[in-house]
Amino acid sequence: MTAEVLENALEVEKVESHLHPEGSFDLADHPVPVGTEEIWRFTPLKRLRGLHADAALDGDAFKVEVDLPEGVTGTSVAVADSARGASGLVPTDRVSARAWDATTSVFEVTIPEEFTGDQPATLHLIGTGVEVASAGHLLVRAGKFSRSTVVVEYTGSATWAENVEIVVEDGADLTFVTLHDWADDAVHLVSQHARVGRDATLKHVAISFGGDVVRSDTSAEYAGPGGSVEALGLYFADEGQHIEHRLFVDHTAPKTKSHVVYKGALQGEGAHAVWIGNVLIRKVAEGIETYEENRNLVLTDGCQADSVPNLEIETGEIEGAGHASATGRFDDEQLFYLRSRGIAEAEARRLVVHGFFNDLIRKIDVPSLEEKLTATVEAELAKNVLKAL
Amino acid sequence: MATLEIKDLHVQVQTEDGPKEILKGVNLTIKDGETHAIMGPNGSGKSTLAYSIAGHPKYEVTSGSVTLDGVDVLAMTVDERARAGLFLAMQYPVEVPGVSVSNFLRTAKTAIDGEAPKLRTWVKDVNAAMDRVKMDNAFATRNVNEGFSGGEKKRHEIVQLELLDPKVAVLDETDSGLDIDALKIVSEGVNRFKENGDKGVLLITHYTRILRYIKPDFVHVFVNGQVAEEGGPELADELEANGYDRFVSAAV
Repeated sequence: MTAEVLENALEVEKVESHLHPEGSFDLADHPVPVGTEEIWRFTPLKRLRGLHADAALDGDAFKVEVDLPEGVTGTSVAVADSARGASGLVPTDRVSARAWDATTSVFEVTIPEEFTGDQPATLHLIGTGVEVASAGHLLVRAGKFSRSTVVVEYTGSATWAENVEIVVEDGADLTFVTLHDWADDAVHLVSQHARVGRDATLKHVAISFGGDVVRSDTSAEYAGPGGSVEALGLYFADEGQHIEHRLFVDHTAPKTKSHVVYKGALQGEGAHAVWIGNVLIRKVAEGIETYEENRNLVLTDGCQADSVPNLEIETGEIEGAGHASATGRFDDEQLFYLRSRGIAEAEARRLVVHGFFNDLIRKIDVPSLEEKLTATVEAELAKNVLKAL
Repeated sequence: MATLEIKDLHVQVQTEDGPKEILKGVNLTIKDGETHAIMGPNGSGKSTLAYSIAGHPKYEVTSGSVTLDGVDVLAMTVDERARAGLFLAMQYPVEVPGVSVSNFLRTAKTAIDGEAPKLRTWVKDVNAAMDRVKMDNAFATRNVNEGFSGGEKKRHEIVQLELLDPKVAVLDETDSGLDIDALKIVSEGVNRFKENGDKGVLLITHYTRILRYIKPDFVHVFVNGQVAEEGGPELADELEANGYDRFVSAAV
């Protein structure tokens, strides 16, 4: 290889990889996937009830309950009058593009500039049936220098395709939580895109317990330097359940940070968890720092965890970049230590699983959720780990 | 009343080359009020003996018996052994992420006693036990052994020993890696435990220095998976002067 060739190779402006998704609003650009595509290869298409193909998205089998702190507004706005697209979301897959097409209104949550509140804004989406498929669009805007928490909770039964946009304006600090607590028959595919302003902070939390298939695609870009994204995920995949989290942090500005930690437990025949952690460090993104981590705890036989971290670096002028992924069973030495202190086996396993999630729950740091999360972990444990008690 | 009786104990582990016998017929009786020191060179099987008594799954008992007050210990699960009154202070205590020391201690105490300790006195007891080994009470909120120094881990073992108050304590190289101050603190903890009444102590050590602080009634020299020689405290003095050479060469 001559020096010139090498130089050319290093100066390629565009690399062919799925870390550079070309979005499009035109449905024709998103053919029906067959399952071999990089972005679809882990997803059980047959169980999507046609969300990825041509199923009509005109259902209304859901209701929404909203509880907002004073000052925060939440209203349903016709698409034409909405600020849809404010985050820069451009559909990168067919489900997202179809939901975009099908949506007639946008639910807009607006946190005013310099707002500060401890009480979270909560949106509760309750699915009331799986026979008809529905589409939704949520836009959350955190005004400049505001500090707030938004929790979106999903329960009930639904076949649901959704786009979520998150705009964190300059200097704002937003904690955005999605809690997938669906009934066993729900199918939910959601594309989330966040734009993080200059010196803004986004704590993005994805908690997934319920549903038959839950696929959450989350991407973040930076509108200016100094932005920070912390993405935390906690999931429990049960028998036959498919839970997929796909993350893409696009470091589009210098001095930005991203820290991703996803932890999950799997139990029961056919439980399947997928975690894709993509990070792209653009040439302009000097001085950035990124770390991605995924840990899976396999509690029984018959489960599968797929964990794929990808890191693409276009500049070497960075503070740090790394990732880690580990999937394992119970640590025998931990169990022996606890049991050697008189703690019965099932109780020891319970302690270890709670311990596995505890640090993460502490990091989520939304007091109103903490108790619920611990209780849900306990309820999940009761299905297998504590049966012996 | 507590008597731990080990008779003709044979133990093997699985290796790449098939099973390997580590303990080759161990006989040992520890009565209450007695402190026994087991001393031996590296690889003699001392730790295997400790873990076999506690029931670690890696060690397979092929023959022999271990009884506590006549009850078959080998038939018990690991946690049943602890609840029957056995305690193993480990050479390398295990880290348990996300589980606080205070939650761990309370869960263990509840398991051993069969009922939850009274909240008000319990917190006091935990703090006092930590104070006695000069461990900051802030350790109660930290995760079990996570980020603890070697000495802190050993002190934490002694805190457990005092709070769980077993009948027989097996201390596996509790002295290793300790500086002289920590060694004294840990030894004092073991001595307090002994003074509590009819307790048996099995002290496994490579070095003689801990025997300056914890006086053994009996010393057993362990070589090649067996007790090679037994005696009183004077045997430890001989080992301090001459080392293990005499025993190792005799065994070859």
